Amino acid sequence: MTVLDVRNLVVEYHADGLVRAVDDVSFSIPEGKTVAVVGESGSGKSTISQAVMGLLPPPARIAGGSLYFRDNRPAADGEAATAGTVDLAALPRDSAAMRDIRGNRIAMIFQEPMTSLSPLHTIGDQIGEAGRLHRGMDAAAAREATRDMLRLVRFPDPDRALDAYPFELSGGLRQRAMIAMAMMCRPALLIADEPTTALDVTIQAEILKLLRDVQGELGMSILLITHDFGVVANMADEIVVVYHGRVVERGSAREIFTKPEHPYLKALLHAVPTFDMKERLSPIRPITPKLDGFGERCGGTPGEPLIKVDSVVKSFRLKKRGLFAPPKSVRAIDQVSFTINTGECLGLVGESGSGKTTMAMAIMRAFAPTSGTVSVREGEGWRDLATLSGADLLAYRRRVQLVFQDPFSSLNPRMSVNELIGEPMVIHDAGTKGSRAARVRDLMELVGLDPKFLRRYPHSLSGGQRQRVGIARALALRPDLLVCDEPVSALDVSVQAQVLNLLADLQRELNLTYLFVSHNLAVVDYLATRIAVMCHGRLVELGPTRAVIDNPLHPYTQALLTAVPDANLDRPLDFARLSAGRASDPSAWPEPYRLEPGAVPVMVEPEPGHFVCAPQMARVVKDAA
Amino acid sequence: MLAYILRRMAGMVPTLLIISILIFFIIELPPGDYLSNQIDQLRAQGESASIAQLEFLRREFALDAPFWERYAVWVGLWPGPSGHLNGILQGNYGWSFEYSKPVDQVVSGTLLLTVVLNFATILFVYIVSFPIGIYSATRQYSWGDYGFTFLGYIGLATPNFLLGLILLFLMNEYFGVSIGGLMAPQFVGQPLSVDKMLSVLAHLVVPTIVIGTAGTAAMIRRLRANLLDELHRQYVTTARAKGLSERKVILKYPLRMALNPFIADIGNLIPSLVSGSVIVSVVLNLPTVGPVLLGALQSQDQYLAGFILLFVAVLTLIGMLVSDILLAMLDPRIRLGQETAS
Repeated sequence: MTVLDVRNLVVEYHADGLVRAVDDVSFSIPEGKTVAVVGESGSGKSTISQAVMGLLPPPARIAGGSLYFRDNRPAADGEAATAGTVDLAALPRDSAAMRDIRGNRIAMIFQEPMTSLSPLHTIGDQIGEAGRLHRGMDAAAAREATRDMLRLVRFPDPDRALDAYPFELSGGLRQRAMIAMAMMCRPALLIADEPTTALDVTIQAEILKLLRDVQGELGMSILLITHDFGVVANMADEIVVVYHGRVVERGSAREIFTKPEHPYLKALLHAVPTFDMKERLSPIRPITPKLDGFGERCGGTPGEPLIKVDSVVKSFRLKKRGLFAPPKSVRAIDQVSFTINTGECLGLVGESGSGKTTMAMAIMRAFAPTSGTVSVREGEGWRDLATLSGADLLAYRRRVQLVFQDPFSSLNPRMSVNELIGEPMVIHDAGTKGSRAARVRDLMELVGLDPKFLRRYPHSLSGGQRQRVGIARALALRPDLLVCDEPVSALDVSVQAQVLNLLADLQRELNLTYLFVSHNLAVVDYLATRIAVMCHGRLVELGPTRAVIDNPLHPYTQALLTAVPDANLDRPLDFARLSAGRASDPSAWPEPYRLEPGAVPVMVEPEPGHFVCAPQMARVVKDAA
Repeated sequence: MLAYILRRMAGMVPTLLIISILIFFIIELPPGDYLSNQIDQLRAQGESASIAQLEFLRREFALDAPFWERYAVWVGLWPGPSGHLNGILQGNYGWSFEYSKPVDQVVSGTLLLTVVLNFATILFVYIVSFPIGIYSATRQYSWGDYGFTFLGYIGLATPNFLLGLILLFLMNEYFGVSIGGLMAPQFVGQPLSVDKMLSVLAHLVVPTIVIGTAGTAAMIRRLRANLLDELHRQYVTTARAKGLSERKVILKYPLRMALNPFIADIGNLIPSLVSGSVIVSVVLNLPTVGPVLLGALQSQDQYLAGFILLFVAVLTLIGMLVSDILLAMLDPRIRLGQETAS
């Protein structure tokens, strides 16, 4: 039994000429099954979902094909069950018939749980609205139904959540609220457009589990739009791969993963970093960096400490609540100590709010730590960053450079590529005008960009090209340390591999040192020599990459690793082992790892070079000594 | 919430104190005062008979005392020459030298009319600009949008007094409304009656439109821009995906978000409407405080000017308080988001 039958769908955009975003796409969604539409950004996968929902933006229109939706309505009070097939493509977007289906029989959840809910209305109001609209419920009935839905999506406290506002909830809970909203009228089809892309891995795993549970309970079909093969492998029964608006391959999940036919699909599967990858990633659009463009390799003896972080604490004051209430403060980093060695890539991993970016900023000396020291090697001695000022500080800034997360907002749109890459040299007054121009050309070749692009402006570059401009800019001053803050999380899978390979090549050939901040363990695993895991401002585990990934000691690291979806059908997520949210609660960790609020995080070294935060174990060792 | 309102009101007291000091200081900046100017004038004319009386008045109003003492006597924090506290705090708003009357008698009629006129204008601005702004934003780049944009620019660009004169002529020609003033001449000084009210309403039309046009045009532009920003937000798509009709979507979600700047603006509107309408009031011969204030400032009738300015300041502060309370009621992020990191 087919719920949705997409036949030869064509969607065209009328803006600066005619663009075919979706070209002759056909697939069908069976009842109770999940179909994943996979592709990179711009492939037209989201346009398909918008066409089904009747939510296409004004310049787009359905130019051909049909969307047959089999609408088997269960008997509602006073109405008999009805069955029938409608062609959604033929319904005007704003017609009463389309509105009756939208949100009622077909519902949708979106990528950004932070912005998908109105900040001014309570959760209960926004969820209950669908019930009032489609089911004719009065306010009290809608509230009751909303409470049931919140229970269905496993809200910790449904009664309180009814009157909560979105900004009072975490990202994961907001996405749960979105799912509850979509489930309100028990739709036949749920469209999930990148439902977990903006979430942390542990939350992602919980949401995926929830989607599967709810699907089993209500027996609905899911159309899953995603670029993440890890998610696909764990959710999809059937897969449709789209490329430039066309379906390039279609089949059951088993077929797609075991016998990919189309070269694009094969390339896409190879571009995803997974654990224990021995081989190099093969990007879809490979680039050839000219590694001699950097000049001579970076100095320093590999393995020698370059930066020393010693029990650093950074607390932030919260906004005052009242005239007389004492200001509260929160510790973003709590007694963190580690070193960064010359020539290594230290991966700093943690979920959002774990303090990893704050840590990177402390090393950049964006602010002075509340207590503790960050020191840098100067020749044979050490220099505390807090003592730097004036010319010394400027000199330190040359030694540490930053690659940003978002390649779109980190480049000034009014500067050409030439000016962007040359700017650090202008600021630090390095070289002459002529030598700078030559250096900028070398840097372009170093990151595999054609020097012809120098006169271009950022808006005409793709995301990957922009990120490479960002890397070239960070390398312009020949820094000792490159801080990469989530450098690939805003990029497509295909481009991600390209940038990761570039970073790996640069490091190997040029003896660069990286601090690589990321929430994606697979990415960190691919690049890092050592991994540091942070949770709630504490460093919980630190060790060589292989040791941390293959033999994680800390329960939090274990939870993180369990939650990473693998693009492999034979290694599905172990949903049973996901302990709902408890993994990131330090006081719920088992002995000897438990950390009461305010307790000192003590690191012990059970294996050489492999540290773990275990206060109780430390006490045992001390008592024995 | 109650604590918040109380805290806000407590904050108004020092604000008002500082404003009153500033007002008094600025009014006294020009050399001399009303009485010393009179004395100089009389001296120049060689009439010394009434000088003694004026000198007596100066002492009587403590005009020869130092600045802080004069200020404190005015506000009522210091006993005046009569020996006891008798200032604004005690309900004595001062003496107008020019009109030779207590200030409250000079302004009592005009203040009420000013408030009525301002209120009508604010209402006019909001009632006209909201539907047009919503229409322009939801049908961006349509003929209607262009039409209203064009009208709006004309509204912004036309000098108010010119528009006022034209409208006065038209009203007189076609509706027989008498020119100038806020009521027909026969009602001036008459007790309140239904006919007088109707006459006031008929006379309110022109000044309201004239004073409100520029504000309306500006507000349409701002509402359109704010709403356009919000219309592309994700939560609007979410609301559409729920199956709400377009009208309900816009009224319930993006409009609510676009409202904040306008509510925050209530406090700012009041002083600009009082001071901005001075020229119009002069041209249209409206009995509002604007022309009175202008005259008082010119002749250094300091207690009259000081009281009017203080009154406007109080109105502004009350407007701010109202807009803050409304914002807190309408936006949960302001009401509840106190504990987020700064």
